[in-house]
Amino acid sequence: MTTAALDVSPDVIAKYEAVIGIECHVELKTASKMFCACPNAFGGEPNTKVCPVCLAMPGALPVPNRAAIEHMIRAGLAFGAEIPTFSKFDRKNYFYPDMPKNYQITQFDMPLTQGGVVEFWLEDGSRGSCRLTRIHLEEDTGKSSHAGSGDGRIAGSSYSLIDFNRAGVPLMECVGEPDIRTADEAVAFLESLKRTFVQLDVSDVKMEEGSLRCDANVSVRLHGAAEYGTKAEIKNMNSFRSVHRAIESEIARQIGVIESGGRVVQETRGWDETTGTTHSMRSKEQAHDYRYFPEPDLVPMELDPAHVAALKAALPPSPAVRHRRYVESYGFTVAQATQLVDNVRLAEYFDRAVELTNAPQAVMNFVLGDLSRLANETETHVADAKITPDALAEVIAMLDAKTINSKIAKDVLAKLWIAGGSAKAMVEKDGLAQVSDPAALAGFVDEVLAANAKSVEDFKAGKENALKFLVGQVMKVSRGKANPALVEQALRDRM
Amino acid sequence: MVNETAVAIARSVSTRKTSARETIDALYPYVESSDKTIGSYLSLTHELARSLADKVDARVKAGESLPLAGVPIAVKDNMCLRGTVTTCGSKILENWVSPYTGTAVQRLLDAGAIPVGKTNMDEFAMGSSCENSALGITRNPYDIGRVPGGSSGGSAAAVAARQAALSLGSDTGGSIREPAAFCNVVGFKPTYGRVSRYGLIAFASSLDQIGPFSQTVEDAALCYDVMGGFDPMDATSVDRPLETTAGHLRADLRGVRIGIVKEFATSELGSTVDALYKKAYADLEKLGATLVEVELPTAEFGIATYYLIAPAECSANLARFDGVRYGLRVDGSNVQEMYENTRAAGFGPEVKRRILIGTYALSSGYYDAYYVKAQKARTLIARDFAKAFESCDVIASPAASTPAFSFNAKSDPYSMYLMDYYTIPGSLAGLPSLSVPCGSVFPEGGSRAMPMGLQLSSPLFAERSLLGIAHAYERATLHAEKLALPQIASV
Repeated sequence: MTTAALDVSPDVIAKYEAVIGIECHVELKTASKMFCACPNAFGGEPNTKVCPVCLAMPGALPVPNRAAIEHMIRAGLAFGAEIPTFSKFDRKNYFYPDMPKNYQITQFDMPLTQGGVVEFWLEDGSRGSCRLTRIHLEEDTGKSSHAGSGDGRIAGSSYSLIDFNRAGVPLMECVGEPDIRTADEAVAFLESLKRTFVQLDVSDVKMEEGSLRCDANVSVRLHGAAEYGTKAEIKNMNSFRSVHRAIESEIARQIGVIESGGRVVQETRGWDETTGTTHSMRSKEQAHDYRYFPEPDLVPMELDPAHVAALKAALPPSPAVRHRRYVESYGFTVAQATQLVDNVRLAEYFDRAVELTNAPQAVMNFVLGDLSRLANETETHVADAKITPDALAEVIAMLDAKTINSKIAKDVLAKLWIAGGSAKAMVEKDGLAQVSDPAALAGFVDEVLAANAKSVEDFKAGKENALKFLVGQVMKVSRGKANPALVEQALRDRM
Repeated sequence: MVNETAVAIARSVSTRKTSARETIDALYPYVESSDKTIGSYLSLTHELARSLADKVDARVKAGESLPLAGVPIAVKDNMCLRGTVTTCGSKILENWVSPYTGTAVQRLLDAGAIPVGKTNMDEFAMGSSCENSALGITRNPYDIGRVPGGSSGGSAAAVAARQAALSLGSDTGGSIREPAAFCNVVGFKPTYGRVSRYGLIAFASSLDQIGPFSQTVEDAALCYDVMGGFDPMDATSVDRPLETTAGHLRADLRGVRIGIVKEFATSELGSTVDALYKKAYADLEKLGATLVEVELPTAEFGIATYYLIAPAECSANLARFDGVRYGLRVDGSNVQEMYENTRAAGFGPEVKRRILIGTYALSSGYYDAYYVKAQKARTLIARDFAKAFESCDVIASPAASTPAFSFNAKSDPYSMYLMDYYTIPGSLAGLPSLSVPCGSVFPEGGSRAMPMGLQLSSPLFAERSLLGIAHAYERATLHAEKLALPQIASV
């Protein structure tokens, strides 16, 4: 098949609907590898994090990592997946030099989690969801590098080197249903997965370090068609941006093929970042027979429903649920809600302060405003600073009661950031409470009027600005504590 | 030559009547000369043995109590022992030096045992005569014109020829019990999951089990007690306390019910063999046991079942021998060709045959008809045993249908597979099972009387009962001692 014209017009493209299913591999964050005691850590000198088990030395046997299994179950539960009471590992057989045993220990027909739904949202505020088929647990391979070909590719290389540090790292494969329709949705889906895994602390989810890798199955059909079109599987995308570009490019390619009278071929296609196009890698006829069978070196897993229920009960609210609450119940913008949700610890801090104040807007303003600014200035996370959600709640309550004004509030927050403790106690101890007593205010007003005869004249001549100046002078004299509204009123009365 | 049992040697070294070092140094000249005829060993570990013997002597001197102090052991060459060449009897691992020591071997060394060397075997434990070894010939010490059995032929011959007091074998479908029967020694396969497989180079993971060869049941019990038990490095090893056996051997069989399998009628094995087993069963009865007939209606499907499951597992287990990381590499113009060249040159015909059978049985479209069906048959066979054990404590049968045969007598693979007819069903059920000498017969055309073995099998985890019963039979009959070991010609 030759490359069809890609310059199909937007009108033509609009006739079609894309059907997209995402599969991704996520490396789990554990102390040790999936089946041996070697450290699970990115990088390092080649072949230094290896042992007889992950090198598949003769006679070595795998022993499963309990933490990895628990991570998987929590990840599944976070999307509402079903956790079976019985699960097992299988061998997937194929020869490849970076896979030491020449079979991968994975899960074939009885994965650890089944079903579930990933909710996502787009920048324009629209929301969507994608069902998960399953998430299963397996082991990662090593990494090959090819020398002598000039460009690091296997074609034309004279020899290859293999680093087995990554071999045996626990990997979960998330298989999504073909519920996604646009490249934007695909990226939003991946962002939702990423947020959840980060929040659960089950993975670093770094595409650049390879701890998240994904493939996209893409097909197109005319709007309203009942049948799916023929799909192509796109590989080699190494950022969310390239996922977006690759899907857009592939949709346009497939429409071009169909519009020019051709047929889309079922095949695996590689994404090329530099050309911005996909190219054919292998067709389905060359597909492997993986000869799956139950892994005889491991016993099946029997999962205790009570333990699974306990893990479920301990789960934090999911990012999507939180985001929906922020937008729908609190009236935040999508961007504000996303900013909070993307920073899980900040969102937790926010939620706690809202619980105490029932004033989400005020809390959001402080958390995304003053506190985030202080966090930047001091390079300290809000959750790690000394200011507690309780102290923030006190500040908001005092503002609300007009015990302090907003200027004092900012000062108090800055002090609490470093010193911690109760905001109320600090306001009392430092005498920062707002002065609303008419007699005390009259004293400040008299002093300022006496010292600024020119401004009084100006005001009387109709210059409103002069009043602002005089209010400022009273605030200065009162060291910020005077109630500005009452001061203004008092000044007007006196003049 | 080893003239004493492991129990006696350990006692002697522990009480410092003799030293481990003297024992080993006295043994090697005999091993070296006799092995030119017998060929039990693929490699000797003299240096390692000497240094370990000195350590054992120091530990004994320091007051440590070592159950296997100074006991010379032979290790089948599919078990990893750090720093030793570990070949599996295959060209593909001919020069591979193990970088670690497996659990069972380590436990024996920790208990004071001294490794004499690594023993010959059918390549990757696939065979019943040792003739499938790519690296050497092992001869039966009772008639050097005959095979020692297999696949653990070298380990059986080493104990039979008194080249070691104990040896380790591995049994997948009979690879300990059949050579034990052929070589007039005790061979014991414990319950699957009782002895760690960590460091045992896998043939068929769901069937492989390490066990000892010994001159006496008591020695086998001693060895089992040391190496058995849970190992966190083997996920299939059973995490429950080990019932020790050596202190529970019995003198008679009063109250014991022994099952004789209806489907294993020995009358089909010829009148001499039939008479020998009839006599063995009668001897059990004489010791006080009650004989009961039991049925194993699915046992006849044992070989067919086994030759799907074991090859399926081996087709994956042996995939790691690819020339990439260790072992033989025969280069090619690309990696695919390198794989093909390496595996074509490295594996022998029987190994290739089983990889092909297994690959086929697991293939898409055949998996349900072969592998899945075989797993179902395996379950039925295990159920038959469980039912039989409702009416008996152990099941007695021949360990093999004939005595040791001559070299090249079984050129048809299927006739070789039939050698494991009696041992395979118990393997599929994971049962503990052993072979104990039960007399001898003159094989057709043979000039020497050749030993035969009585197989005793018990329910899962009933090793204590099984070894106790076997000990009573052995002590009452003394068949092993009655059959004289021929003078081994020094070459």
